[in-house]
Amino acid sequence: MSTQAKSLPQGGPDFGQALKDGVIVAIIAFALLGPLVGLRTDQNMANELIIQNRLGLAAILSAIVGAGRFLLSAFVYPWLTARGRKTKAAVTLAELETRATRARHLSIGGLAFLFVYPVLIISLVGVQGSIKWVDNFGVQILIYVMLGWGLNIVIGLAGLLDLGYVAFYAVGAYSYALLAINFHLSFWVLLPVAGILAAFWGLILGFPVLRLRGDYLAIVTLAFGEIIRLVLINWKAFSGGSAGISSIPKVTLFGLYSFDVSAPNNFAKVFHLAASSAYYKVFLYYLILLLALLTAFVTMRLRRLPIGRAWEALREDEVACRSLGINTTNTKLTAFAIGAMFGGFAGSFFAARQGFVSPESFIFMESAVIVAIVVLGGMGSMIGVALAAVAMIGGTELLRELSFLKAVFGNDFNPDQYRMLLFGLAMVIIMVWKPRGFVSVRQPTAFLFRRKTVSGDLVKEGHG
Amino acid sequence: MRVTAGGLYFMEVFVQQVINGITIGSLYGLIAIGYTMVFGIIGMVNFAHGDVFMVSAFFALIFLLLLTSWFGIASVTLALILVMVISMVLTGLLVWAIERIAYAPLRGSFRLAPLISAIGMSIVLSNFVQVAQGPRNKPIPPVTREVYTLWQGPTGYPVNISLKQIIIWVVTALLLAAFWYVVQKTALGRAQRACEQDRKMASLLGVNVDRTISLTFVIGAALAAVAGTLFLMYYGVVVFSDGFTPGVKAFTAAVLGGIGSLPGAVLGGLLIGLIETLWGQYVSADYQNVAAFSILVIVLIFMPQGLLGRPEVEKV
Amino acid sequence: MTTSLRTWDSDAVLAVEHLTMRFGGLVAVNDLTFSVGRGDITALIGPNGAGKTTVFNCITGFYKPTTGMMSMRPKDGSLHLLERMPDFIVARKAKVARTFQNIRLFSGMTLLENLLVAQHNPLMIASGMTILGVLGIGGYKAKEKEAIDRARYWLDKIGLTARADDPAGDLPYGAQRRLEIARAMCTGPDLLCLDEPAAGLNPRESAELNDLLLSIRRDDGTSILLIEHDMSVVMGISDHVVVLEYGTKIADGTPNETRNDPRVIAAYLGVEDEEVEEIEQELDEQFGDGHDEQPAGDNEGERA
Repeated sequence: MSTQAKSLPQGGPDFGQALKDGVIVAIIAFALLGPLVGLRTDQNMANELIIQNRLGLAAILSAIVGAGRFLLSAFVYPWLTARGRKTKAAVTLAELETRATRARHLSIGGLAFLFVYPVLIISLVGVQGSIKWVDNFGVQILIYVMLGWGLNIVIGLAGLLDLGYVAFYAVGAYSYALLAINFHLSFWVLLPVAGILAAFWGLILGFPVLRLRGDYLAIVTLAFGEIIRLVLINWKAFSGGSAGISSIPKVTLFGLYSFDVSAPNNFAKVFHLAASSAYYKVFLYYLILLLALLTAFVTMRLRRLPIGRAWEALREDEVACRSLGINTTNTKLTAFAIGAMFGGFAGSFFAARQGFVSPESFIFMESAVIVAIVVLGGMGSMIGVALAAVAMIGGTELLRELSFLKAVFGNDFNPDQYRMLLFGLAMVIIMVWKPRGFVSVRQPTAFLFRRKTVSGDLVKEGHG
Repeated sequence: MRVTAGGLYFMEVFVQQVINGITIGSLYGLIAIGYTMVFGIIGMVNFAHGDVFMVSAFFALIFLLLLTSWFGIASVTLALILVMVISMVLTGLLVWAIERIAYAPLRGSFRLAPLISAIGMSIVLSNFVQVAQGPRNKPIPPVTREVYTLWQGPTGYPVNISLKQIIIWVVTALLLAAFWYVVQKTALGRAQRACEQDRKMASLLGVNVDRTISLTFVIGAALAAVAGTLFLMYYGVVVFSDGFTPGVKAFTAAVLGGIGSLPGAVLGGLLIGLIETLWGQYVSADYQNVAAFSILVIVLIFMPQGLLGRPEVEKV
Repeated sequence: MTTSLRTWDSDAVLAVEHLTMRFGGLVAVNDLTFSVGRGDITALIGPNGAGKTTVFNCITGFYKPTTGMMSMRPKDGSLHLLERMPDFIVARKAKVARTFQNIRLFSGMTLLENLLVAQHNPLMIASGMTILGVLGIGGYKAKEKEAIDRARYWLDKIGLTARADDPAGDLPYGAQRRLEIARAMCTGPDLLCLDEPAAGLNPRESAELNDLLLSIRRDDGTSILLIEHDMSVVMGISDHVVVLEYGTKIADGTPNETRNDPRVIAAYLGVEDEEVEEIEQELDEQFGDGHDEQPAGDNEGERA
């Protein structure tokens, strides 16, 4: 900041400096991209590694990077500084209020949209065409919204950085898969069971680790997540190993109608509709929507109860909490267990939707994605987490739709493989741009005269 | 070999596994130093460090092929030395750039932001290498096949040490000595230790804190690049996803030794290497990684200050 | 003054006996014995590093003392041995509340929320350990209303009612100190431990603090134990002064007794009384009038 501020009084952008920056960056970029992109290692017919010369491509990429840096130095930074000076005066209360109101309107509008979304899609692209939009986008995003909201209790409210959340997702998924196959219990019985089992695991894993502070908690939870996954891979008798478990029963409409094609009470048959998996997808969509809203509702309720306030107080200052007679261990465990429970719900839904689970679905990257959604959304903010899930999951799903790019880059071009790359880049960029996430304001849980939004700058992020 | 584990050749098998364990442990130690130094100076777990190690192995791979096939360097020793130096330089440059782009702007901000940024960087690195170099394993022909038999037990079971292992031991020891000298005796090392104690004070006293932090990252990266080159030479294969598990194990090593402690990182690395190989030999090869993760959990819970670390006193 | 008038001998709310705290080789507190009289304001004073805060941390359960006994007798007649209790139980059962030398407020939460968190335990029971609360049954609403009334009472008392809905981190320093005391009082303690409540306050705020502490003792019947460097607070309001030096007690008595104790003067004050008063007077002249630290008014209009 200070160096930019110093260069300002000279007036317009310093093109000489920007050009120098650009050239230096291009040279550095070529030093790195030259080998990594320009010299691609590939196996030839004799299975020997040979180097494919793509230095031209590397040079082009480096030039683009350098040009980007030039533009940043010449135009974007001066512009940002100029704008920054204007709005530098601390964010006013009025502005915070507007932001909060905007978020509120957004959530009401968003909710209405979510309820009509499948109807809208079906009327636009027909029953069969709706599958992709309802399933890949609707259901997929909502699963992450729900996971984000569940983890938000642990990270956003209680301030405990949990990098192993996917473990509870896995517990939920395997609970449903195993119990449904071995005991023929229905989804509606197993949903609460899966939640309780996940919460139970949350307690077991939470108990020893909650004494830890800071990044240590993060690493231990990561290790627990990996241990559970590795056990699932290696304990073949129990979990089927890396082959996973398949033919997991579908969810029924409360036992009244089934979505199994062969079942006599098949939904489409009963209502004399053309057979299509679209109905099941729409049903799943509303199911996960309701589950996600349940998560949101419970979280909002909890925030207004003593336990929720204790979570937030814990995030702000654990020592002060203890001095006020709050049992911080129990408070943390509750956060862990309740967060885990929602992860378990989501997991059993996931198993029922896929019809197949394997340890491959519960790698660390999944945890990282969920944590990223919570942090990028703005810790503690429900609407922010939902927005982040839409942007990150929806955005990367959209990449799958970009197959027309094959026309530009040739048939080898597979946009799908850039998905995680762009996801990672987005994580870095958003963090650098908005370290507190999209929505960084906090809504108080009680008020004497009127509810005033709290600026995110005052809210602490917890020790865990 | 399994059959003989408990019985006849017990001593020989055990010594052989210790040799293997120290070899892997040396690599973990080299990577662990990067974690421990960065954590010491800015209190951040550099999550991307494991992937930096993987990228450095790719640099080594690419230049090894380049030197042997394009430039026709026949001397393996010369090629290895060149490759290691190039990989150290490029990896250092890469990490310098990463630090400038993704971490430096977040210094002094929200505590979780650098961690999330680092996780993002880790995703970027592994996926970038996947896209740029392809998702398949990259095998190279063995650099050397030389194996020396240390002794042959009465039953005829040999205890071997390969030239590769010797190279790893020697290179690790030399580099650690050089590194130790830098940290203990030079102005840079002094600046580092000053920043570790109190960054604000150090900067008031004229230490260029930003530069010191950058250099800390770069030194850690250079050591990881040595590990990356040796890893490639030892296993003869590398793949884009090779960053995560060694990364977590090296972090475990850093924690086990006491995070912030440099001798601790090396000691931790050797211990993790030993525990892992012995566990694989005597308990269960399937659960080898579970063992490493379990150690991490147990150490953090019961001995968070590690073997050589300073205990933390809660300030009220 | 006869011994029988000393409440700390006849009716002690807290009795500390032979308290010793070692950190490795360092003896922070050495065989300390003293009592806090019920309804008294007791000051624990001593030079920097005398071990005062360590004593506080032992009393409030944040440190486990190496040896010693601390018995606390709340109004209900029960007896609690503090050295055996974890910190949060000390606050909950033994009814000891505390503040911190470096203020520890929940800065991102509003003043009201800060005071509600302090009433966590009774509210937790009222919400049926959360379960009934989530389902929306039980009498939680009424209990929360009571808690808010109680918070309001304390906000009135510290003069911050108008700022009830602002984040605590926005308050000026002096107000944060007062809020921390109010928050501790919301736990309904029998003993309030204040770690340097007047640090960083100007003389006017210091005087307000004196009034607040006196009213806490008068209206709420809470005994107060405070660590303080500000002699106007110590001499002005305390009934009993305990002086520590290098972890050892060197004097124990009424303010008058201790201020004339040559050991105390030598060890702690180092200067004659007159000089202290002189300095105080100077300070009063400097800051006495109109130095009011009300917050600059970005929300002036919203004050009721």
